[in-house]
Amino acid sequence: MSEPIFRAENVSKAYAGHIAIENISVAVPEGSIFGLLGPNGAGKTTFIRIINQITGPDTGSLWFGNERLEQKHLEHIGYLPEERGLYKKMKVGEQALYLCQLKGLSKRDALTRLKYWFEKFEIQGWWNKKVEELSKGMAQKVQFIVTVLHEPKLLILDEPFSGFDPINTNLIKSEILELKKKGTTIIFSTHNMGSVEELCDHIALINNSRVILEGEVSEVRNRFRTQTYNVDFKGSMMEFSASLGTYGELLEHGPEADHMDATVRLVNGATTNQLLGNIMRTVEVRGFHEVIPSMNDIFIEAVQRYNKEIAAV
Amino acid sequence: MNKIALIIRREYLTRVRKKSFIIMTILGPVLMAAMFIVPVWLALNEEDEANILVIDDSFLFNERMTDTDKIHFFFPTEGLDSAKAQVLASDDFDAVLYIHEKIMSTPTGIQLIYDKQPGINVIRYIENTIENDIEKFKLAKSGIDQATIEAAKTNIKLVTTKLDEVGEESKSNTELSMIVGMFSGILIYMFIFLYGVQVMRGVIEEKTSRIIEVIISSVKPFQLMMGKIIGIALVGLTQFLLWIVLSTTLISGGKALVTDYFAEQKSATSIEEAMAGSKALTPQSEEVAEQQLNEAAVNQLFDSINLIDFPIILGSFLFYFLGGYLIYSALFAAVGSAVDNEADTQQFMLPITLPIIFSFVMAQVVINNPESPMSFWLSMIPFTSPIIMMVRIPFGVPYWELALSMTLLVLGFIGTTWIAGRIYRTGILMYGKKISYKELWKWLRYH
Repeated sequence: MSEPIFRAENVSKAYAGHIAIENISVAVPEGSIFGLLGPNGAGKTTFIRIINQITGPDTGSLWFGNERLEQKHLEHIGYLPEERGLYKKMKVGEQALYLCQLKGLSKRDALTRLKYWFEKFEIQGWWNKKVEELSKGMAQKVQFIVTVLHEPKLLILDEPFSGFDPINTNLIKSEILELKKKGTTIIFSTHNMGSVEELCDHIALINNSRVILEGEVSEVRNRFRTQTYNVDFKGSMMEFSASLGTYGELLEHGPEADHMDATVRLVNGATTNQLLGNIMRTVEVRGFHEVIPSMNDIFIEAVQRYNKEIAAV
Repeated sequence: MNKIALIIRREYLTRVRKKSFIIMTILGPVLMAAMFIVPVWLALNEEDEANILVIDDSFLFNERMTDTDKIHFFFPTEGLDSAKAQVLASDDFDAVLYIHEKIMSTPTGIQLIYDKQPGINVIRYIENTIENDIEKFKLAKSGIDQATIEAAKTNIKLVTTKLDEVGEESKSNTELSMIVGMFSGILIYMFIFLYGVQVMRGVIEEKTSRIIEVIISSVKPFQLMMGKIIGIALVGLTQFLLWIVLSTTLISGGKALVTDYFAEQKSATSIEEAMAGSKALTPQSEEVAEQQLNEAAVNQLFDSINLIDFPIILGSFLFYFLGGYLIYSALFAAVGSAVDNEADTQQFMLPITLPIIFSFVMAQVVINNPESPMSFWLSMIPFTSPIIMMVRIPFGVPYWELALSMTLLVLGFIGTTWIAGRIYRTGILMYGKKISYKELWKWLRYH
């Protein structure tokens, strides 16, 4: 694991009587895609705004590399907010140039890079159009370009795919992966768990103002394994069920086109071999693999478990 | 710093390039000129034509109602009823003026009976003529002759002189000071409103288009707010500068026309005079005297124009013009940040517009009494001083008062901007919430 490019230590923030985030500590490894997950109102946006220094934390410290996070680091951070927009009456090119210059790029650099990106996205023709003439998806594309143009070391994307059709979603996805290849670290906030599995290396799950789950995606998914296996076989479901004996418990089952499909959880500390030995005597096993929980299941499981604990206390 | 410059540049350029800016810049001076010229022109040209039948039962006015270019009097021999019938029947006559016999003792109940409403000028002319004549009759009755009255008429023009602290006397012209003061006050009032509201709209635009979060991830909210305020101030200055240039061109053009016109008139009268020769000496000498008096007044006006301390007035005008705008525009920005759309601004506008309107109203009181304690205090309070002090300055204000007022204005600006900045940075990220004053107070205390 590489050095974190960004760290937060015990960061808390409260608004007049309402705690937005409490004791949040995360470390974002350089070059990774870091998923910042959590239900609505958990405090993700507040945390992202603190990273962007839009608001300051009440307590705790923030680090960019080895330095305390300061105003000057904003030039190395790119931020695509969830609620985003552009000046409607301003021309696309002029506006993109302005926003890039605000990030500290010289006019000349900004122009060369904008030209490159506009060609890449095949939108050169939009340069002199007013933003109000563009569709939502088109404006989002411009916004994405503006966010990454100053080649930030840390890129924060809040629901980057909202408003895009599947084709453009794929385009943006591949751009994100390309940026990662070039060494950009990306903090990725979304509710779309599919894209988390697809893109993220690390995740932190924020619920009720706190981080309740953190780690590498593969490790987190392993942590949530439940000894559950999927069996694909030919034969009678009744016999299959009977053959599980004391080793397994049938969770789900159903006939597929020309075979049977069942989900089984190991019980009483049984091993897969013990279970398989039993099953193979009664039915013809065609496939056997472990069911690793999806990020979606983990999200729901973790949040519900946490809420139950809170309720119990 | 560089980023503020970028923001200022954008705010300035996007506004100056707008069609509405260009149109207003051209139209402004024209409208301004029209405001002064049109009423005069109307008054000169729209004098109504009227043919009036006079039925005079007192037999006093038959020879005395003199025609003007547009108003003609006729004295029919028939009675009132037939005159009325005549007015109704033909388009040649517009009204009947009926003067009853006891007009000398009871000067009421004179009637103007019309079928078409005569203009205010016609009515005023008739009233004046009758009034004058009755006065003259009455004076004549009591044995005072016309010449005595004329001789008794006097025209006074005060030469007002200000005694300043060093004991030097300087002539002043109260009327001119009033005009200069009031005019500057009105300009500042307009500037605060026109451009303060633009700041507010700009903030709302950034909020509703949701670009705000993108921008404040690059610059501090305070930088954005100040950039916007300064950028729009420059737009305002540009517009006023262009107005001044255009107006001066228009006015000097107009002046040339007027001078030509007067020159022509003068040569015409001199020819007339030459032709009249030595005839009617008395009225002419009267005319000469009047002319001399006029000339004296004009000279005095020019004297006092020269006496007005223009560097001070212009300098302080610029200062209060900007200061007044700055102190209010920050508040306008705060209001813009607290709402989601322009319709919701109403509830917060009152505390801002109230002091502006108040100072504008008080300006008319201050102008009549520029040195009263109230005038002094109003010209010190930062929220009223931009307008009130500007009204006072042409009358002469001690330097220490000016310095104090300016210092207070600068402090006031820093104070309001600080407060507005705190409201602003919270407000711009608040959506879909009806904001109350209590809420604003909370925002002020966030850190």
